[in-house]
Amino acid sequence: MKVDRRSFLGLGLGAVAGAAVSPVGIKLTDDSSIWTQNWPWTPVPADGEVSYESSVCSLCPGSCGISVRKINSRPVKIEGRDGYPVNNGGACLHGIAGLQYLYDPARVKTPLKKNGDKFEPISWDDAIALVAGKLADIRKSGLPEKLACIADKEQGSVSGLFQRLLKTFGSPNFYTMPSLESYLELTAAALHGEGKTIGFDLENASFVLSFGAGIIEGWGSPVNCFQANASRKQRHAKLYQIEPRLSNTAANADKWIPIKPGTEADLALGICAVILKNNLFDSMATANFRGGFNKLAAMLQKDYAPSKTAEITGVKASDIEKIATLFAKAKMPLAVFGKGRGDGSQSLKELVAVHTLNCLVGNINKKGGAFVQPINDYLSFPDESMDSIANAGFAKPKLGRYVNQFFEKINASSKPVVDVLFVYNANPCYALHDPKRVKQALGKIPFVVSFSSFLDETAKEADIILPSHTFIERLEDVPSGAGLAKTVVGLTKPVTRPVFNTKNPGDTVILIAKALEGNIARSFEWETYDKCLENVTSRIWDSLSEDGYAILFEGTPSNLVTVNVSFLADNPATVRAQGDYELTLIPIDNMRLINAAVAASPFAIKTVSDKVLTGKNIVVEINPLTAKGLKDGGLAALTTPRGTARVVVNLSEGMMPGVIGMVEGLGHTFDNKYVSNKGINVNELIGPVIESGSGLDAAFGIKAKISKA
Amino acid sequence: MKQENNKAHKFGMVIDLDKCTGCGSCMVSCMSENNVPFKEDESNKKDSITWMRVYKLTNGKSFPDTEIVYLPRPCQHCGGKGDHGHSPCVSVCPATATEYGYDTGIVSQIYTRCFGCRYCMGACPYHARYFNWWDPKWPEGMENYLSPNVSPRMRGVVEKCSFCYHRYQAAKDKAFYEGRDDIEEHEYQTACATACPAGAIIFGDLNNPAHKVHQIVKPDPHPDPNNKHVVGKSRNPKVFRLLERLGTNPKVYYFSEREWVRKKGDNYLNGEWDKIKNHHGASSHG
Repeated sequence: MKVDRRSFLGLGLGAVAGAAVSPVGIKLTDDSSIWTQNWPWTPVPADGEVSYESSVCSLCPGSCGISVRKINSRPVKIEGRDGYPVNNGGACLHGIAGLQYLYDPARVKTPLKKNGDKFEPISWDDAIALVAGKLADIRKSGLPEKLACIADKEQGSVSGLFQRLLKTFGSPNFYTMPSLESYLELTAAALHGEGKTIGFDLENASFVLSFGAGIIEGWGSPVNCFQANASRKQRHAKLYQIEPRLSNTAANADKWIPIKPGTEADLALGICAVILKNNLFDSMATANFRGGFNKLAAMLQKDYAPSKTAEITGVKASDIEKIATLFAKAKMPLAVFGKGRGDGSQSLKELVAVHTLNCLVGNINKKGGAFVQPINDYLSFPDESMDSIANAGFAKPKLGRYVNQFFEKINASSKPVVDVLFVYNANPCYALHDPKRVKQALGKIPFVVSFSSFLDETAKEADIILPSHTFIERLEDVPSGAGLAKTVVGLTKPVTRPVFNTKNPGDTVILIAKALEGNIARSFEWETYDKCLENVTSRIWDSLSEDGYAILFEGTPSNLVTVNVSFLADNPATVRAQGDYELTLIPIDNMRLINAAVAASPFAIKTVSDKVLTGKNIVVEINPLTAKGLKDGGLAALTTPRGTARVVVNLSEGMMPGVIGMVEGLGHTFDNKYVSNKGINVNELIGPVIESGSGLDAAFGIKAKISKA
Repeated sequence: MKQENNKAHKFGMVIDLDKCTGCGSCMVSCMSENNVPFKEDESNKKDSITWMRVYKLTNGKSFPDTEIVYLPRPCQHCGGKGDHGHSPCVSVCPATATEYGYDTGIVSQIYTRCFGCRYCMGACPYHARYFNWWDPKWPEGMENYLSPNVSPRMRGVVEKCSFCYHRYQAAKDKAFYEGRDDIEEHEYQTACATACPAGAIIFGDLNNPAHKVHQIVKPDPHPDPNNKHVVGKSRNPKVFRLLERLGTNPKVYYFSEREWVRKKGDNYLNGEWDKIKNHHGASSHG
């Protein structure tokens, strides 16, 4: 066949037209996109039967009810549990991301023993035998008080088992990390007597005067607070927020009152002075005041007149008078304390001064007020079996009053004063001020036992790790606290089989006790922790196991409360920030980060703003007036008496001039690249300042300077 | 399956910015529900995949008159000019990988059709679309929490908020199984709406007067007399949409008592806002 020009063109055009009309091209494009998307490494989640299981989140003291969606036996999503008395269906980001902790790269997968600088796996039997052996040696030496324990809290049966082990062993050295609940009990003890705690009826209060309490920053029981705050508009309730920074709570409040950091106690006393001077107090309530009410009144008029208070706090005298009048005349006023999340350093003077406002206006145990009640101990442990060593050791004085003095004592002594330390659900090498001194103290203790689920900063310092189940894998009672107006005990349930070779910490304690024999083993006669829990919660077990929770108290309490003002009447000194620099560095509590035993999850870190963390650099907030010569987004060197850090500057009009804000919860150093080695731990720049009288570390920030890096 | 209801749904959302606390629950609930991955550094927000993103806005005033508000931004599920379904992204997709659901008002994203040209990302005025620059990787074992309801995406495709469409499907399946024609308001709720601890996100059918979202938004059925492309404008003077005058007709509405917040919903020339704000809530025939 002859190919002439005509047929050549014809064929060519035909081919072009054919290709254009043919679906082959489109089909190939489509296929290639499908082929290139079916990579074997893109996971295809297995389908299965859907079910929901109720449990309780114990990541923070909020104790929210959760509902876990499962596909067959696999949990895939955590949501808030509808109708739960604490959070009624709501959930916070950390709880929702809870499943990420189950598979966290930093999880301790099996018991580990330190050999030199490295951890080596060890069997559970060997690990328990090793710990029990060390403990038996101390006991033989006749100095059982050389066993100490640091836990997250005093409440709950697992903490109860640790305390029981120490008591039957013969050691008084049980410590807890600072928490809002512990501050509530200390405040109640100072004003109303021992054994009481305080709840805040935020859901009903008509005027909330918050002294830096981050009501929507994770303070108290966070979801409950979010809900109470959201209903404020509908209830025509007001929120006045007093703090140096325009936090989310301050931004959401009806009024933000900026205050010089660390002078909150002075402002509270200034407001007390106005209420007293103008006869705005509830005389029925003040009739119950003991311990020198007149002395207190005279001290306030002398030291805290509005003009004087204004000078100290930076709040205008006219505003102080206005706030005092609004507060005292409100139908249901409520003053709230506990700066930030309420679990950081606090001064007892401040806590007591703020709560005195509640006492003065007579809102104690009234709707919308502060509820002061005896601590509800729902646990009934059988009597311990004590021998002479236990009795003698347990009667000895504690090494330090609180956890900070405990470490101080260890560091101050040349000989080891503690031989074995248990650390349960606490990360003091990260969460306390100046973690270096904590690490130093841990280094001086010959045998540190960690019960952590993660290889966190403190677990890394341990000699042996007996890893615990996460809250998704274990049974446990979770009491509410943290200022909640109701008292609820929830039941955390295992919603999946343990992912790794871990144990319920309750079981670990029972095993150690049994290995110790004698009176100690006799005090732990339960077969398992599950049996123990059922036994010690027998009064509420039916409700716990059927409903997943038991309400111990709701409504308005009716008990009468006396007020002893002697602590304040002596006008204890206000703790000032350490150092001589011109500026003050304060910690910022951000809802999306955690500064507790667990670190934030990868999801939570992902939500953190680039104005808080950029790359590996932490961003500090500073007012443009203060940041002379510094550029927004530029690098700077931040120096405090404790050290220098490289930071990025965020010029923010929401920061009081003279103050630098740095977020808490970054700068972790454990093996989880999604969470660790990002920014710095603000606690490393701040040192503890012990408040005389209370013995608390009351350092709110530290003096600092900042310059271009 | 046949259309259960004669009237099409128009699912939408109204977010109370005065209630929003910026806590981030909606973001994490969305990521967990929809198998959104995470990587080592998520601080570059341009490549950080967040179907729901919470923005921080300020009134620009200096200390102490500064105010802050948080604005959660899911996909706006635009109805396009005149609300005819020509959403900005749908109109430009050469692969028909994103489609407008005329029975739901939801803009879909079909990952296996997408070949990653990213025209849609350029077309979207809300930055609601994200490109997978990398294959998703979960730390060992963590794939175990992935949900079978949403396929994990792979490198080279675009993804975005679907208003948790799988939840709509599940609710419809349940209704069908129980012999019902249509689903109840509470049966289909997005993961962000159920997670919000402040109750700031209200989700429902904008076409259904019994739904809370309709009652708050009160969408105007007539086109805006000043701009015929704008349909469904709220008759509540406190409610606005983002860049409303573009005529993209988003189905996400925002509520705020504060005027400066409502003004942040668009870019206004000098003096323009004062003229426009008075049209909020004015009758469409006025």
